[in-house]
Amino acid sequence: MSAPLTSLRLAARHRRGYIPVASTAVLFLALLAAGNSRYYGFLEGQVLLNLLINNAGLLVLAVGMTFVILTGGIDLSVGAVAALSTMMVAWMVERAGVPPLLAIVLALAVGAGLGRLMGHMVHDFGVQPFIATLAGMFLARGLCFLISTESISITDPLFATAAQTRIPLPSGTFISISVVIALVIVAVAFGVLHYTRFGRGVYAVGDNPQSAELMALPVRRTILAAYTISGLCSALGGVLFTFYTQSGYSLNLLGTELDTIAAVVIGGTVLTGGAGYVLGTVLGVCVLGVIQTIITFEGTLSSWWTKIVTGALLLAFVLLQRVLTARRTSAGS
Amino acid sequence: MAPATPVLEATGIVKDFLGVRALKEVDFRLFPGEVHALMGENGAGKSTLIKVLTGVHAADGGEIRLQGTPVRFTGPLHARAHGVSTVYQEVNLCPSLSIAENVLLGREPRRFGAIRWKELRRRATELLARLDIDVDVRVELGSQPLAVQQMVAIARAIDVDARVLILDEPTSSLDREEVDRLFAVLDRLRGDGVAVLFVSHFLEQIYEISDRVTVLRDGGLIGEYATAELPRRDLVARMLGQEPGDLEAEQHRTSRAQDDQNDQAPFVTARGVGRKGAIAPFDLDLTPGRVTGLAGLLGSGRSESARLLAGADRADQGQLTVDGAPVTLRGPRAAIARSIAYLSENRKADGLIPDLTVTENIVLALQAAQGWARPLSARRTDELVTRWMTALDIRPRDPSLPVRNLSGGNQQKVLLARWLLTEPRLLILDEPTRGIDIGAKAQILRLISGLADDGLAVLFVSAELEEVLRLSDTVAVLRDRELVAALPGGAALTVERLMEVIATGENATGEIAPGEVTTGEPV
Repeated sequence: MSAPLTSLRLAARHRRGYIPVASTAVLFLALLAAGNSRYYGFLEGQVLLNLLINNAGLLVLAVGMTFVILTGGIDLSVGAVAALSTMMVAWMVERAGVPPLLAIVLALAVGAGLGRLMGHMVHDFGVQPFIATLAGMFLARGLCFLISTESISITDPLFATAAQTRIPLPSGTFISISVVIALVIVAVAFGVLHYTRFGRGVYAVGDNPQSAELMALPVRRTILAAYTISGLCSALGGVLFTFYTQSGYSLNLLGTELDTIAAVVIGGTVLTGGAGYVLGTVLGVCVLGVIQTIITFEGTLSSWWTKIVTGALLLAFVLLQRVLTARRTSAGS
Repeated sequence: MAPATPVLEATGIVKDFLGVRALKEVDFRLFPGEVHALMGENGAGKSTLIKVLTGVHAADGGEIRLQGTPVRFTGPLHARAHGVSTVYQEVNLCPSLSIAENVLLGREPRRFGAIRWKELRRRATELLARLDIDVDVRVELGSQPLAVQQMVAIARAIDVDARVLILDEPTSSLDREEVDRLFAVLDRLRGDGVAVLFVSHFLEQIYEISDRVTVLRDGGLIGEYATAELPRRDLVARMLGQEPGDLEAEQHRTSRAQDDQNDQAPFVTARGVGRKGAIAPFDLDLTPGRVTGLAGLLGSGRSESARLLAGADRADQGQLTVDGAPVTLRGPRAAIARSIAYLSENRKADGLIPDLTVTENIVLALQAAQGWARPLSARRTDELVTRWMTALDIRPRDPSLPVRNLSGGNQQKVLLARWLLTEPRLLILDEPTRGIDIGAKAQILRLISGLADDGLAVLFVSAELEEVLRLSDTVAVLRDRELVAALPGGAALTVERLMEVIATGENATGEIAPGEVTTGEPV
């Protein structure tokens, strides 16, 4: 057999973590092929780029979520924190006259702060991540209404510019500023997860928290940082959302936390932590986007089909994880 | 031989867990350039002492000095920063990360803050090569055998400039060759002036590698000795707190039990009972007042036959008779209903509920048997629990403790108490003494023997031939998933003889051939 094939087999045998990501990649390609065979113009460059343009905010949220899920936790607050960030930015810029950039920085700081708070609850007080971030979700959503129950539209030119600027790419296609920001975040997250001690610590903590503690890793710092990053990403996702909608509204992004978790899990990150890749998360977001696109192209289908298909995929991927974990357990003993 | 200052010195260490005193003012000294063995039975406090020394648990009293200066480690991270490195009893690594990462996690070589993966793999390979381990360090740790994982943990521990290396039962999953390799490494480290604290259950290994030994018993310090000056007998005696002779005094129970119970009808008879892929059809009689031992190598079908008789697995052929009536055991419940109690080999997974109290664990089966609608009265519960805790000598004698706080041997006794409460007529015990220290083992064997004398039929499965011999009136030998012989117990049956039958499957002296196996008859 040829050398690449052998090394591929080696990878398959020894790094089962790749299997879910590989499945996602195959699924993504299959969806593209299916769409292409059914609809004219489906594989046009701009249609693909629109995947990113429409989902830049979700992508940023999902990157933050990936950190938390890798540590073995979950963050239910991301949608609410993102909504809070849209409200804060809108209110500060429109009602309080804060310079837009400063407003954005403040919103990011609040998001990170909320994330850190939840991290403290999870690590220092031993609260289940589900509960701690559920509390954070209610808190952030409540704070939105404290700012205003009405939608605040943003008239500041910066936001209009951010929304409308098209960064041209070859052959007439373009992407938005949000996409650039999201991709930078992905790149940074990739670097952090794979090339820093903190990043490897995230994996270790999720893989086996007791071991991580006994291996003398800074478990506390790692968990706090993971939730802080998720909070920061949520707030940034909210900012990107204001670029998209040019407004802040308390009921923005309801249920987004669930889409985010779905994207991360479909992207191959194991819900129990310790295994997964941020690039898988990108694929997961793209898969959700393609499903949305296919249903849009279909025209006659209700958008609720997106939810149904997402649900089915999520189930399939969680089952795949179970099978893989079970196999590992039996191989280890 | 010991230099003046110990590198690590603990004085008067006290540690309590939920009201149980795990360490009672223990003193401990570790000198540079020595391998120091920490000995004691399960529950003696070895692991607790190690966790206190490395800061996993905070001591409730006492002082720890590192090279003369008092220290209070806040955790393994802190201890390691001071050159105290530990490999814990269970392999504590991250199975989904690569071997290389597991060796160097937290100390990855970096350039400008970025991990240098090539360098990381190179260094991990090098460190493992020092232990004579040659593996592809890129593979997931979880895909490797336990022995390799253990060596990875050790490689990880000796990478730092350890002044003190603590190894908590590092050899339990290693084979002889791997142990030799490890000892060669320890020897080298000792030469470099590292202080090694070594915990092991294997006496041979202690005498082979250690310079000095500290003995703990019941959380208290018994003494500190030079290994070479402490005969094995004395070491065992100090660990057990009794003369070694006590252990040997256990006679073959056969001599006592045999005479009066000859004419008893068997309680359970198996005729041609078997299950495809698990155990070939076999005949076996289990008679009240007699202990039948199942001997054989791992995988010979010992547990499988026990499971068939206990209803845990269904036989696909043959006929089982209980009390003269043919039955099909459709599950453990059916067996329990027919007064057959079964203690599986896996007590943690199959039986005990660690967070419930001793009382709750003991009355569980009885309560289930009489139905949840009719709760046991508090007084009756107390009475039963007190009686059985005394009878089985469950320690500490506190029925309100969660079972997880008990040692392995005492947990086993709790399980035994649970089943005895239901007044079974056949007791099936699969490896009841595994993972239990010597003292508790002898006690449990005595208990089983006593129960049989009281008229219980007992099926006893154990990997330790000595135990089977000591306890059984009849020894059924299994080989390659087949019952090959049933040998009458007694002084004539020796371990050598048993091993011969297990090894060859031949019943050279032609005592009783399989197929006409009966256990109720005298020889």
